Amino acid sequence: MLLWLIPAFPLLGFLLNGVIGRRSPKSFVNAVAIGAVAASFLWTLKTLAALWPLDTAHLEQYFTWIQAGDVRIGFDLAVDRLSAVMLLVVTGVGLLIHIYSIGYMAHEGGYYRFFAYLNLFMFFMLTLVMAANFLLLFVGWEGVGLCSYLLIGFWFLRSSATNAANKAFIVNRIGDFGFSLGIYLIYIHFRSLDFAPVFAAVSERPVESGVGPLTLIGLLLLVGATGKSAQIPLYVWLPDAMEGPTPVSALIHAATMVTAGVYMVARCSAIYLHAPLALETVAVIGLATALFAATIGVTQFDIKKVFAYSTISQLGYMFLGAGVGAFGAGIYHLWTHAFFKALLFLGAGSVIHALGEQDLRKMGGLRHKTPITFWTLVAAAVSISGVPFTAGFFSKDEILLAAYHHAPWMYWVGTITAGLTAFYVFRAIFLAFLGEPRGWQHAHESPPVMTVPLILLAILSLVGGLAPVSRFLAPMFPPHEAGHEMHLVVISVGAGLAGIALAWLFYVARPGLAERTAARLGALYQLVYNKYFVDEIYQAAVVQPVIRGARSMLWQKVDVGLIDGAVNGLGARACAAGDVLRRIQSGNLRSYAAWVLLGSFLLLLAAGLAGGAR
Amino acid sequence: MSPAGVPLSWYLVLAAFLFTLGAAGFVFRRNIITMFMCIELMLNAVNLTFVALAYHTHQVDGLVLAFFVMVVAAAEAAVGLAIILTVFRNRASLQIDEVQSLRD
Repeated sequence: MLLWLIPAFPLLGFLLNGVIGRRSPKSFVNAVAIGAVAASFLWTLKTLAALWPLDTAHLEQYFTWIQAGDVRIGFDLAVDRLSAVMLLVVTGVGLLIHIYSIGYMAHEGGYYRFFAYLNLFMFFMLTLVMAANFLLLFVGWEGVGLCSYLLIGFWFLRSSATNAANKAFIVNRIGDFGFSLGIYLIYIHFRSLDFAPVFAAVSERPVESGVGPLTLIGLLLLVGATGKSAQIPLYVWLPDAMEGPTPVSALIHAATMVTAGVYMVARCSAIYLHAPLALETVAVIGLATALFAATIGVTQFDIKKVFAYSTISQLGYMFLGAGVGAFGAGIYHLWTHAFFKALLFLGAGSVIHALGEQDLRKMGGLRHKTPITFWTLVAAAVSISGVPFTAGFFSKDEILLAAYHHAPWMYWVGTITAGLTAFYVFRAIFLAFLGEPRGWQHAHESPPVMTVPLILLAILSLVGGLAPVSRFLAPMFPPHEAGHEMHLVVISVGAGLAGIALAWLFYVARPGLAERTAARLGALYQLVYNKYFVDEIYQAAVVQPVIRGARSMLWQKVDVGLIDGAVNGLGARACAAGDVLRRIQSGNLRSYAAWVLLGSFLLLLAAGLAGGAR
Repeated sequence: MSPAGVPLSWYLVLAAFLFTLGAAGFVFRRNIITMFMCIELMLNAVNLTFVALAYHTHQVDGLVLAFFVMVVAAAEAAVGLAIILTVFRNRASLQIDEVQSLRD
């Protein structure tokens, strides 16, 4: 079926744009970049149609990548139902965001570079979701991290952008450290890295009651997932990643790359189901992240930061879903989230494009100037809030119901988070679009190349939940208890609607109430507003000690003392030896002659003695 | 035994004497021309040894080597004298102790 063509198109696009894009007109760059992703999307559709209904995984082995002893690690791609969902999200949403970028990046320098990176990202992301072994997955995993770094730091003349790019890269290194250890452990225990044999071997094993090898593997892989998918404790890079261009935030830091962790956990469901402790950790981390990030989102004023914390929170939901055993529901939420969160970011990008401003306090009253952006953003917001029959409603309630059957308290925390989510999203929209203009003069609706993707995504945000993703995925995962308690659904929907109503009350009906409430909450508000000082705590507890250690120990002792000392010492010894030896080199020809004579005497003497001995 | 009745050892002693004379002159004299002549003296002392031994053993190898030495000596004389001439032009002196600028 030529699966390799799916990632090959974007790779070709990257090479073309990367090599000759600089000297080519924008139309060429557009055609290459959009064409590559469109080709990839169409080929995905064709492949999936041909393989339908995908009851079993379709594996294609291309060549042996690593052969060492009896270990073969191949360049193998596979498509099953799980990767089919991911492929559709990545290529479909990716295509829309590529088209949108034509408009958004129209006036930016480095146009070709942007699209080259974006295509490279698509290549790695598609490799990641189609990889048939852990090592190839890791290649994609690292590759998307690289592209994330390149694109966050796209405006590399801004030091905040390069700092954010470094932060994202370094924090992800910490996660990947755990991830690679997990892969080593898998190899040690199963002598293979291919998905099928490893998972088959795993399911032969008993479910671990305590901490066994599978639990350890699960936890280490989870460390990688918390880095890539921005979960506690490694989520800190994602808010800063908003320094990148907005389409990047939509594609990489909302819809696709950050969901790689969820995909990986779902892919390794066999491991996690045999390691209940690791699975429980997934659920707890997801839930804690969901609530924690949602509370921060309530207080932020940068529109992209609000949505960034929202992304972290929604990723927490997906982890919660996977962690309570409802892997299908987690991926279902990944599917719907890709639509409404990409839309939120693209809408925010449209606002930023219109105003050149990201601060919600300086917006207001944009509804008449940018009606399409407004209404599409409302569609995304009702979807993420879980208003009945929108996409977010189905997936979120499936997760919450599964959580209820796992542990009721998880359901309640999740429901509170749902209320907070509705509140902060509508807060952002009300602040930006309703009320009176606060300090801007000119605003214009974005060109059709940007609004058409917005409209398409809005439609998907409303009806994308009708795709029976979790039923489609059901054969891949063991069944879990999923009730259909109506009252629980009503309560969580009620929480969402209450959040919307509260946002209306605070920011439309009673302007000024928000400030008064914030002032009354005082220290608590400050704590949340400053993101619980997590960045500062990390700075003091990790970054500063590392820097100090690097300065005082590694730099001044190891580098200056040991390494420089060794090199300089060798040099000094050589100089000293030369100083002694150069005395022989007197420049006095007659002394040289004397040395020659002496030497030949000694040779003769030696020959004579040797001869005498013979 | 050679036809004229001169024993081999005489030739060798003479050659050793000439060689020692040349070596000593090279080490102790300071004039570059003199040192140059001492080199020629050493070369010819060695030549004498070659020829005497070739004659004594009735083999041609020593004679061939003697020709080689002569050729080298001629070439050396050409190059050496040219260098000496240049040194003299540049320094107006032929004292070997004053020519040591390669030391540094």
